[in-house]
Amino acid sequence: MSKERKLFLIVAAVLIVGSFLITTQMENRFYYKAAYVVLQYVVLATAWNILGGYTGYVNFGTAAFFAMGAYTAVALIKTWKPPLYVLLVTGGLVSGLLGLGIGYLTLRLKGVFFSIATLALAVVLQMIISNWSYVGGGAGTAILKPRSVPLFSNYDEFLFFVMAALAVVSVAVAWLIEKSWIGRGMAAIRDNEEAAECMGVPILKLKLFATTVSGALMGIAGAPFSYFVVYIEPTSAFHLDYAVNSLAMPMIGGTTTWLGPLVGAVLVGTAQQIATVTLSSEMNLLIVGSLLVGFVVFAPDGLVGLFGKIRARLAGREA
Amino acid sequence: MLSIEFLLNALIAGLLLGGFYAAMSAGLSLSFGLLDVVNIAHPAFIIFGSYLTFYVNEHFGFDPILAGLVFAVPSYFLGVAVYRIYYNCFEKTGAESLRGLVFFFGLFFLIEVILIITYGVDYRLVRAFYIGKSTSIGSVGIAYRLFVPFLVGGMLAAVLYLFLTKTFFGRAIMGVAQDSLAVQLMGVDPIRIKTVAFGIGIATAVIAGSLLIIIGPVEPTIGREYIGRVFAVTVLGGLGSMTGTLVGGLILGVAESFTSSFFGPSWALAVSFGILLICLAVRPSGLFGR
Amino acid sequence: MGRIIRHVILGFALLLAVSIAFTPAAHAAKEVKIGFSMALTGPLGPAGKAALLAMQIWRDDVNAKGGLLGRKVKLVYYDDQTKPANVPGIYAKLLDVDKVDFIVSGYGTNLIVPALPIAMERGMVFMGLFGLDANAKFKYNNYFQIMPAGPDPIVDWSRGFFELAAKQKPRPKTIALLSADAEFARNAVAGARRNAKKFGFKIVYDKRYPFPGTTDFTPILRAVKAANPDLFYVGSYPGGSVGIVKAAHEIKLEPKLFGGGMVGLQYTAIQMNLGKLLNGITDYWFWAPEKTLKFPGIEAFLAKYQKEAPKQKLDPLGYYLPPFAYAYVQLLGNAIEATKSFDQAKVGAYIRNNTHSTVVGDVKFGKNGEWATSRTFQVQLQNIESNKMSEFSKAGKMVVVYPEEFKSGNFIYPYAKGK
Repeated sequence: MSKERKLFLIVAAVLIVGSFLITTQMENRFYYKAAYVVLQYVVLATAWNILGGYTGYVNFGTAAFFAMGAYTAVALIKTWKPPLYVLLVTGGLVSGLLGLGIGYLTLRLKGVFFSIATLALAVVLQMIISNWSYVGGGAGTAILKPRSVPLFSNYDEFLFFVMAALAVVSVAVAWLIEKSWIGRGMAAIRDNEEAAECMGVPILKLKLFATTVSGALMGIAGAPFSYFVVYIEPTSAFHLDYAVNSLAMPMIGGTTTWLGPLVGAVLVGTAQQIATVTLSSEMNLLIVGSLLVGFVVFAPDGLVGLFGKIRARLAGREA
Repeated sequence: MLSIEFLLNALIAGLLLGGFYAAMSAGLSLSFGLLDVVNIAHPAFIIFGSYLTFYVNEHFGFDPILAGLVFAVPSYFLGVAVYRIYYNCFEKTGAESLRGLVFFFGLFFLIEVILIITYGVDYRLVRAFYIGKSTSIGSVGIAYRLFVPFLVGGMLAAVLYLFLTKTFFGRAIMGVAQDSLAVQLMGVDPIRIKTVAFGIGIATAVIAGSLLIIIGPVEPTIGREYIGRVFAVTVLGGLGSMTGTLVGGLILGVAESFTSSFFGPSWALAVSFGILLICLAVRPSGLFGR
Repeated sequence: MGRIIRHVILGFALLLAVSIAFTPAAHAAKEVKIGFSMALTGPLGPAGKAALLAMQIWRDDVNAKGGLLGRKVKLVYYDDQTKPANVPGIYAKLLDVDKVDFIVSGYGTNLIVPALPIAMERGMVFMGLFGLDANAKFKYNNYFQIMPAGPDPIVDWSRGFFELAAKQKPRPKTIALLSADAEFARNAVAGARRNAKKFGFKIVYDKRYPFPGTTDFTPILRAVKAANPDLFYVGSYPGGSVGIVKAAHEIKLEPKLFGGGMVGLQYTAIQMNLGKLLNGITDYWFWAPEKTLKFPGIEAFLAKYQKEAPKQKLDPLGYYLPPFAYAYVQLLGNAIEATKSFDQAKVGAYIRNNTHSTVVGDVKFGKNGEWATSRTFQVQLQNIESNKMSEFSKAGKMVVVYPEEFKSGNFIYPYAKGK
């Protein structure tokens, strides 16, 4: 294990323990709920980026993976109400399998065709869920969250801690991928798939790996959703917001490194949370719209790229 | 229940709807199908057209179709401006694929916000003498509310088809789509051609918007419901083929109508997108693909 | 190594910035703060904005009289964008950061339910605005819902429609059910399904259509026509209601009774567009300018509302939601005044145990905080001659035909005769 990797893992562990300690100190529930949403976007953006940023396949169907995780959990809650970790694991499994499925699509579909297929997949799945009355169908269903949970003073704090841990884990996964041969192989696919194949990169295996991991992480992020909103219905679980945000956040942060989606999700997610409770109602859309247009036009490599450029210029001046 | 009459009516309803879908997708077929500009904001431009139509219909009693045609002209220049920005920021630097997509997504939201701020979030409708009336041929009923958009949609596709195949400019657009370099060597500026084509695409979106508001009420964010459908039509028929777009629209319309009539409307969308998924998996180039 | 530390520092700096941004401004003088989330954008935005205006009118009315127990009322509200996922955060903010004294709900079941557990945990009185059986799972005793659906909301909702039908001679035999695939419409139709069984009507068509996402209703209504029902009960939202009414006329679908749970026919813009096409349709209704519905204060309220609404591009007449949005805060305010207390338990008990006079009439709550008796009107649209707005502000156009107690005109049967 390299020194860098060891340090990274230590930092990750410290962050998880830290977020637990926060829950013992802070009372104000609002911060937990707001932070939950932001952290959820950290997971989604990071997961999206593993496929979209590293291999260059743009997934428009984030909402489908997220909602499959959420609805797997709903189905389980309706049958035997298992503990949350079971929901996380099964939600991840189901969405991971779905990811594996779309992985095979990449055999035939490149570029924007792949994106359209993921969009169509989301519509089809939403229709299926809408017609499945066991999980509430189109009418939706209310989910009672557990009254209490050991070690935490209430369930909101527990959900926050879970999502914080998931965020740390998913960023760590992205980091590990990026620093390994897998990440370099993915980058080769992104740059030129044919060339990568000629060079002996196992492109199918890598693509399947990327779609599966990315899908599974999105599903895991969706699993606790029904406990968070208490009332789940297909239109909100499959909301276009998830697809747009999970794509916009890495774009704004920068798509080539693990840091980009993290920075993007924290900044944009926080801005959205603040906008919801401060600015006038249309502002939220306006923020996302103008950030998207502004960043892709003026800072095409995202914030991370922008910082890199500024630093390079400063370094140049010093020299 | 399963009579010939019923079947025929379902077919006609599907074809009428399909013609309208083709009108919605014609512009996208130009920009995305021929020029590889993935204009995901296309439905937003359609809704934008609906609101322009609503405004002049409400205040001056303009006929919606006429309004759509009139507004198509300034919208052409709007399209030109959008493409200029797109070209300078993305295509020129060869970064169009992902970032261009995000750019159009952002544009989508900006158009929605502009509509919300100027018109409010309420449903808007138009009035015209043909809305609410219908005729029948034998036992087949035809509502003018759907027949007019079908007719205009069909004409739009036909005009575009003739334009692309018979005029110099149209052929140049096809040329750019096939081999940009060759066209350049022949002394035509491909960027200028693409600008014109994109402008025409936006102009048709605005016309389609006037058709949409004839069929039913419109609110600022309703465009999201059509992202999937317009792309489905464009891909289904085959990229870059106007005939394909028309056929794709009709297939989607008939599929939705048949599912609604025979199995229940709750599966209609799933069936049409299922068709798209299968089409993508089996024949990604579409039915009439180049 | 240094890089990673720098990133961690950067992260904490961001967190700090965020928490500063969220820190509330210093409190103003002693106000009574009433907090809520409201759909100001998204599908429910139009209605939500009208509701907000009604609540602001109430605030101004109360403050003109000196406030509640001598304290001025302040409304603290955030836009939930019609997204349930935004609601938990908003109520946590209202309670923990803004420290509001009372909370009321946003508009619509989907946006009420996510806030209910929060109200329960804190033991807050929670007034609901148009939730259909939102409290069914929670059974929270301090939840009170203003929509007059009744003690068994899902079934009571459509009971009037069926009682009307059952009285007609010859007695209708068959019914078709159509619903939009979303919360309210599906529940309304589920209730209608139970009523159809209870009243002994045979269900000959029973389907859902995707919402949103349905452009044309012609094929759906053709299938209904092929089933040839006597009654046609529809649960739909504004966009769909317009499409269904138009398509029904185009294909000459003429069941003997048509309507039931169509949202949107109560909205002025849609009424003005449909005009004469509305004649003969029987639909659920909450208020109309009929002589039997002159509750105390409603006309004064509507006069204020109608003065302001055009400026904000809201429903110009405001008969549907605004009176109830006024009433649910009015009721809360009256309870505070009556108990002379800001104590949640006391106010809750008072609301639970008394009859309240509001602009929407006398309200008494029963099981699960729903109205103790149903007062959902069935209104038949009659004698509409034009598309002008003045047409819909007159009496005799939206005729209350159920219940007997509020009846304001004769019911025309079958539908084709009233058309």
